[in-house]
Amino acid sequence: MTEAARRAAERVARDSYGRLLAFLAARTRDVAGAEDALAEAFASALKSWPEQGVPANPDAWLLTVARRRQTDAIRRRQTSKAGEAHIQLMTEELEAAGTQPDAIPDRRLALMFACAHPDIEAGMRAPLILQTILGLTAIDIAAAFLIPPATMGQRLVRAKARIKDAAIPFDIPEREDLADRLHAVLDAIYAAYAKGWTEIGDAAAERLADEAIWLGRLVVSLLPDEPEAKGMLALMLYAEARRTARRDSDGAYVPLEAQDINLWDEEQIMAAEALLREANAGGPTGRYQIEAAIQSAHVARRVTGRPNWDSVVALYDVLLGLTHSPVALLNRAAALAETEGPDAALASLEPIAGDRRMAGYQPWWATRGHLCARAGRKEEAFEALTLAIGLSTDEAVRHYLIAQRTKLQDG
Amino acid sequence: MKYLLMLYADEKAGAAIAPEQMAGFMDQMAAYQQTLEKADAFVDTAALQMTDTARTISAPDGQLHVHDGPYADTREQFGGYFIIEAPDMNEAIRLAALCPAASWGKIEIRPYHPGYGPG
Amino acid sequence: MRYMMIIHHDDEAMAKAPQKELWAEYAAFNQALNKAGEGFSGGLRLSPGKQGTIVRSRAGKTDVLDGPYADTREQLAGYFFIDVDGIEQAVEWANRCPSSKYGAIEIRPIVEQNAP
Repeated sequence: MTEAARRAAERVARDSYGRLLAFLAARTRDVAGAEDALAEAFASALKSWPEQGVPANPDAWLLTVARRRQTDAIRRRQTSKAGEAHIQLMTEELEAAGTQPDAIPDRRLALMFACAHPDIEAGMRAPLILQTILGLTAIDIAAAFLIPPATMGQRLVRAKARIKDAAIPFDIPEREDLADRLHAVLDAIYAAYAKGWTEIGDAAAERLADEAIWLGRLVVSLLPDEPEAKGMLALMLYAEARRTARRDSDGAYVPLEAQDINLWDEEQIMAAEALLREANAGGPTGRYQIEAAIQSAHVARRVTGRPNWDSVVALYDVLLGLTHSPVALLNRAAALAETEGPDAALASLEPIAGDRRMAGYQPWWATRGHLCARAGRKEEAFEALTLAIGLSTDEAVRHYLIAQRTKLQDG
Repeated sequence: MKYLLMLYADEKAGAAIAPEQMAGFMDQMAAYQQTLEKADAFVDTAALQMTDTARTISAPDGQLHVHDGPYADTREQFGGYFIIEAPDMNEAIRLAALCPAASWGKIEIRPYHPGYGPG
Repeated sequence: MRYMMIIHHDDEAMAKAPQKELWAEYAAFNQALNKAGEGFSGGLRLSPGKQGTIVRSRAGKTDVLDGPYADTREQLAGYFFIDVDGIEQAVEWANRCPSSKYGAIEIRPIVEQNAP
């Protein structure tokens, strides 16, 4: 009974957190306050559900408890009649929502755009969305954006205070304001997907990836004229299509070039190709469309029977022109090794060799390790692979890298 | 990035050229190939036989249809190609413009669909 | 004898065809080409005609126009190479190409470099 109650609470946490939070915060525009109220409601659930059983409508139960906390908090702050009317309206709305299981409107997209408001610091819009909608911790978010965790934690607190103080409205903005805000929303969704992607075999991580794809579809359906939204969804679907191929039957890690194309999900690839086609027809090429095009070039192998590194390198050149991202430069180097050899690839990484962000970035060391090994630079390869092993959180990836490092000594 | 340069020229006019003149044009093409090689841009080239040796097939309804001649009757015919390596379309255009065939015909420059090119 | 097999197809007709089957057919076709030996090459696909450019030089001046050269409904979409004894086998190979259902395959003999 306790186990079922715990799992029910966890399921609701994962499935409904963002929706409930958006709903609670919409009226008060106080995201931090809504988070506190919801957190208390969850704690309450974990105490009472084991004894009294999991309620038929867990969402409604949580809302009711959270609402009480919220109204209490507001009462403590306000004494005027206007405050009372406000509380009354909110209570009625919550009660109505509570009685109908599917009536809780999904205000998540509105909350995401609110978090992307120009009054919020640009670098914090995506992290804020990740925390409020997808419930990621400051530590995970920090890793995704290559920022120290403590710094990220502080900035998140300040950003939420900003929403409350500035009474930032929860609307989907007008067309003219959409483009800048959309980018933060897309960055957040994609960062969440990327986190779900790197953790295989972890049910919570897979659900995170599913959630990101769900939100991606939501954005595309609500904003059908935005090519970058389609580009991002395509990008996620290309990656998702290869999920099963990333591990062999023993659970060992399989790199992209070695993957069995028969394990790639053709339906998802077709869906991604269609989205990419639409995105390319609809507007200027942006970061997500280019990354999706790179994925399209990778999966062309299943039709042509051979990889096409040439076009991958060319597309990374375009991407770099847009973003100047060190991650793009790194991925380009991996492809460049196939067209011009490992020495040229290593030379191409010189501009970011001293970049502090790379010091704790596992793929930097893994890629360097492989390139140095191929270039015959064994000592450097050994060091780099060792660092990569130390930074890997995935067991299968660790084993793979250890095997690569051992091969160095045999060669 | 690789680009396909398709050379279009009036075959009949080409066939009417005197042999010594034609040899001169062929020398120019050989020189052009060397220019491409020096620029590290040359990948491949071939000439196609005239369109009277062409056949076109289609099978839209499961039935095979074969007709003599090229797909389309155009004023200038596709007679040969170069595959070149260039960083972008602008450079591909610059290199294509150096080809002697651009002066006696037209050159169509096409990028490959990402993932489905030669390299 | 080497032939250049030029694929012309109707993009819309291709897009309406069942995609999974179409691309599986293409994968099998390319596999057959890749295994057929020297002188054969798997299919190459070109970017759409509108992304191409036309260049011509007249009196020292270069004109640059938007592609494609021939704006037909069935656009020049790609090509592959075969090396067979004669035109009958070339026609057989052309018929195997999935695009023959959605357009036409133009068979062009290549001028041999080392011909006497």
